[in-house]
Amino acid sequence: MATQIVSAEVEAAPFYTYDQDGASYQHWSVAIEGRVATVTMNVDPDGGINPGYKLKLNSYDLGVDMELHDIVQRLRFEHPQVGCVVLTSGQERIFCSGANIYMLGTSSHAWKVNFCKFTNETRNGFEDSSQNGSLKFLAAVNGTCAGGGYEVALACDEILLIDDRSSAVSLPEVPLLAVLPGTGGLTRVVDKRKVRKDLADVFCTSEEGVRGRRAKQWGLVDDIVSGSRWNETIKGRAEALADQSARPLQGEGVKLVPLNRRIHKDGYDYDHVKVLFDWDRHFATITVAAPTEQPPADGDAMRAQGCAFWPLAMARELDDAILLLRTNESELGLWVLESTGEGANVLAYDAAMAANKDHWFVAEVTGMLRRTLSRLDVSSRSMYAVIRTGSAFAGTLAEIMLAADRQYMLEMLSDPAAGPKIMLGEANFGLYPMCNGLSRLGSRFLGAPERLEELRALTGSPIPSGEANDLGLVTFAPDDIDWEDEVRLAIDERTGLSPDACTGMEASLRFAGPETVASKVFGRLSAWQNWIFIRPNAVGEGGALKLFGTGRRAAFDKKRV
Amino acid sequence: MAIDYQTKIPNNVDLSTDRGLQRALEHWQPAFLDWWKELGPTNYQGHEIYLRTATSVDAKGWATFGHVKMPDYRWGIFLADRQQDRTIGFGDHQGKPAWQQVPGEYRAALRRLIVTQGDTEPASVEQQRLLALTAPSLYDMRNLFQVNVEEGRHLWAMVYLLHAYFGRDGREEAEEMLFRHSGDPDHPRILGTFNEPIDDWLSFYMFTYFTDRDGKYQLKSLAESGFDPLARTCSFMLTEEAHHMFVGETGITRIVKRTLDEMTKLGTDDPETLRKAGVIDLPLLQRYINFWYSSALDLFGSEISSNAATYFANGLKGRPDEGTYEDHDCIATFEQVESPEGLLDVATRNAMNLITRNAYVRDCAIGLTRWNRLIAKAGFAFELKLPNERFNRNVGLWAGQAVDIDGQPVSRDVVLAALPSDGDRIYVKSLMIGVTEPGKCANWTSAPDRGINNHSFDFEYVRAA
Repeated sequence: MATQIVSAEVEAAPFYTYDQDGASYQHWSVAIEGRVATVTMNVDPDGGINPGYKLKLNSYDLGVDMELHDIVQRLRFEHPQVGCVVLTSGQERIFCSGANIYMLGTSSHAWKVNFCKFTNETRNGFEDSSQNGSLKFLAAVNGTCAGGGYEVALACDEILLIDDRSSAVSLPEVPLLAVLPGTGGLTRVVDKRKVRKDLADVFCTSEEGVRGRRAKQWGLVDDIVSGSRWNETIKGRAEALADQSARPLQGEGVKLVPLNRRIHKDGYDYDHVKVLFDWDRHFATITVAAPTEQPPADGDAMRAQGCAFWPLAMARELDDAILLLRTNESELGLWVLESTGEGANVLAYDAAMAANKDHWFVAEVTGMLRRTLSRLDVSSRSMYAVIRTGSAFAGTLAEIMLAADRQYMLEMLSDPAAGPKIMLGEANFGLYPMCNGLSRLGSRFLGAPERLEELRALTGSPIPSGEANDLGLVTFAPDDIDWEDEVRLAIDERTGLSPDACTGMEASLRFAGPETVASKVFGRLSAWQNWIFIRPNAVGEGGALKLFGTGRRAAFDKKRV
Repeated sequence: MAIDYQTKIPNNVDLSTDRGLQRALEHWQPAFLDWWKELGPTNYQGHEIYLRTATSVDAKGWATFGHVKMPDYRWGIFLADRQQDRTIGFGDHQGKPAWQQVPGEYRAALRRLIVTQGDTEPASVEQQRLLALTAPSLYDMRNLFQVNVEEGRHLWAMVYLLHAYFGRDGREEAEEMLFRHSGDPDHPRILGTFNEPIDDWLSFYMFTYFTDRDGKYQLKSLAESGFDPLARTCSFMLTEEAHHMFVGETGITRIVKRTLDEMTKLGTDDPETLRKAGVIDLPLLQRYINFWYSSALDLFGSEISSNAATYFANGLKGRPDEGTYEDHDCIATFEQVESPEGLLDVATRNAMNLITRNAYVRDCAIGLTRWNRLIAKAGFAFELKLPNERFNRNVGLWAGQAVDIDGQPVSRDVVLAALPSDGDRIYVKSLMIGVTEPGKCANWTSAPDRGINNHSFDFEYVRAA
C-alpha cells in the first residue's frame, strides 16, 4: 500500500512513500500462469492517494501507478519464470481511461510534473525490460482505452484491441483538455508505432478516437480480436512473447523485502545510502556506500543473497531516495552526490556480475541499476558530485558521479597519496546507457570519442584528481586549501539561481548525442507539456482542464505563441 | 619560496596561520614586486623615501614614518576592526547578519566589484610612473611616492579579498590585475580614464583632488557592504585615501597662491604676461578643473543604472554614509533625474549612482570655496567653479551632449574652448622641470605651509641611498 505519513514537523504537508508490501493491491490483481502474468486493472474509485476526486472508469493517479510499478518490479525479481506481462482490465467495456482529470485539475503544477515523470519512468521501464531480454508486455485492450490508458498500451510490445464495434483507442487530451498526452503518447505513436503523421494528427485531435479495423490499419494497434476469440488469442500471443524473453523457464525468485529505512527530520537513512538535508542552503547530500565485502562467487550465490546482494540493495535504496526526494522535498534543489568506501570492491562486484551476466538475477539487477541511474539523469534537480578522500566512485558507482552536472574532486596538496581516486571499469562503457542510448562517458566525450579509448585503457587503475582533471572526468579539482570554500560557493551559487531555469538548462545539457524515443518523451514532457500545463488555455479560470465536467466550454486565447 | 609573513607583510588578518592566504601570496607577492619594479615609479627605486607605513589599524600604528626604499616598503593587509553583530544596513537583506563569507549567490557580482575597484589602484601607479622626474620639490616627490605605495597597498587590500574569499577564481583575477597595464592597447585597464598617462604635476594634483575623490566615494559605498570583509577593508583604505586628496587640494592651493603673488606683483591678470613670468594663470586652472571634474563624474557610471539597483538590492554596495539616510529600502521612492528629454522619475534604487555622485559633488565644492577666498583676499575678481554636471560627459544621460559649463546647449567649439587646449598642455609641460634640492621648489608653485610629520619643508624627504 502506498502510505501517506503525516509529518509532525511540517503541518498539513503529507509525506509520500512508494512502499508496497506486494501481498495485495488496491487497484490491481495479478494472476500468474506458467510464463504469463496477467495484471488486471480494477481501480477502486475511492482509493485516490489524495482526497478530492474519484478514480472512476479505471482512471489512475500516482497511487495507482505506484502499485503498477511495484507489480512489475516484483514480477522481475520474485517470479523469474514469467516472460510476459499481459495488461488488461477488470472493468466492463473499459480498459483504462487514463490519468484522472479531476486529479490533474486539482493538483499543483509540481505534483502533475512529478506524477508524469514517475508514470513515464514506469512505462519506459516496460520498454527497458523488453529490450534487454527481460519481461515482454502485451496490452490486452478489452474496452475503451483513452489518454494515459492508450499510452500504457503504447509502452507494451504489442497491443491487441477487442473488436466489439465500440471500444476505441484515443488520445483525447488536445481536444478535450487542451493539454498533451503526458506519458509519451505522441512520440510513441509516430516514433515507435510509426503511424503516419497526418493520420496521427487526425487521431490525436479526435475525442472519440479510432476503433476496430481502422485502428489496425493505421497502426494504432497490432491486431483486433473478437470477443469469442479473445482469451485464446491473448494466451497465444502472450506465450509467443514470453518465448522471446531470455528469462528462465523456472527458477527460484527473490522476495523483495521492505527496505531498512529510517525517515527523520534531517534526512533518510538506509543501509547503503544516506540522505542528509540542508534546509537553509537548499540542498541534500546523497551518500552511497561501496560494498564492504567481496562479491559472491556466481549467479546462484548472488541470487541466494537476494535483497542483501549489494548492487540490488544499493539500487533499491537509491531509487527510493530519489523518489522520496522528488515527491516530498521540492525545495532541495541541488543534490550533492557522494560515495564512501572501497572503490575496488565495487569493481569486484562489477566484474563478478559481468562474468555471470546471463544469469537472470544478474540481468535483472543490472536492469534495476540501469533504470535507477536513468532516474537520476532525468531528475529535475541540479546535481554535483563531490569527490573527497575516502570516496568510492568506481565502476557502477562512478556512473553516479558521471550523471551529475558537475564533478568537484579534491586535490590533496599536503598529502597527494591520500587524495581521492576514481576508478573506471567495463561497466562505464555501455552497460548503463542513458536515455539517449549512449553511455554517460560517451555522451560526456561526444566531441572527443578518442578519449573513450584512452579511458578504457585505464580501467581498474586508480585515477588521482590531477589526472582526472586532465582527462576531463571532473570539472574542477580544487586543492585542499581551497576545497571547502570552492564547494561551498559552488553550492550556494547554484541554489541562488532560478529553479525553473536550472531545470530547463540541465535537461538541455545532460543528454548530448542522438535522440531516442525515451529521450524525446522526457524532452517533450519537460518542455511542451509543462509549458501547456501552466498556460491559461488549460489551467486558467476558463481553461479546458479547469472546466472539464462542468458543462462549460473553454474559452481559448486564440493567439499562437 | 618562504616569506617571513609577520615582518614582511604587516597585517591584522592572521596571515601567519592562514595557509590558503600564504599560498596565494607566495605566488603573488614576487609577481607584485616585479610589477612594481617594472611599472612603478621610474629612477627612484633605489632611493630612500620618507614614507608612512601602516603597521596596525590603531592610532599609533597606522602612520609609522621612516626612510625606506620603495621595493622594501612593507605593503600590509589591514581591515578596520570588526564590529560585533554588524547587520546589513540596506536593501533586501537589511537587518540580517552581515556576511562573513561570500554568499555563493553573489560571488560573481562581488568579485566584479572588487576587481573593478582593485584594477584602478595599480593603474594610477602606472599612469604616474614618470612624474617623479619633474617633481617641483622633494616634498612633492615624496608625496607622489606616498600616494603610489598606498595605491599599491590598496591593490593588496583588494587582492587580499580575492585571495581570502574567492578561491582559485580570486587568484586568477589577482594575477590579471598585474597583467593588465595602463595604456596597453592589448591589455588595458578596465576603466578608460585609467589608461591616460598623467605626466604633468597640475594633472597629478587634479587627479588626486577629483579622481581620487571618486575613489573615496566608491570606497564609502563599499564600506557599507553587507559582505563584512569588504566593508572593513574599504573603511581602512579611506583613512589613506584622505591623504591623497590632501595632496591634491594643497597642491592646487599652492599653485593658486603662487599665481596670486605674481598677479599682485605684476598688477595684472593677463594670462600672456603671467605665462611669461612662468606661472599658471587662473583661466588655465579653470579649464583643467573642467576637464578633470567632468571625467571624474563619468566614473560614477550612468545616472540610471540597473547594476547599481541590483548591488543595492542585494546588499553589496550602499550609499556613502548609508546610516545618515532614513529609508534603507528605497523600494517605493523615486528620484528626479535631469535628462536631455526633461525631468525623469527614476526609482531610487536605479538612481544610486547619481545619489553617490551628488555627495561627491558637494565634497568637491569645498576646495573651490577655499581657493576663491584666497583669490578674493588678493583682490581679484575671478572665481573658480565646478562646471555643470552635464558638461563634457561621455557616460550617462548627457553623454555626447554639447553644453557649456553652465549646462546650456552650445556648439561643440564652445565645449572645446572650455577644456585645456594644446597650447595649455604644452605650456604646462614646459614648466615641468624637476627640483631636487631640499627646501627649494619650482617657480610655478609655492612651498607648503608645513612639511610631513612635523618636519620642515627643507627636510630631506628623498635621499640617495
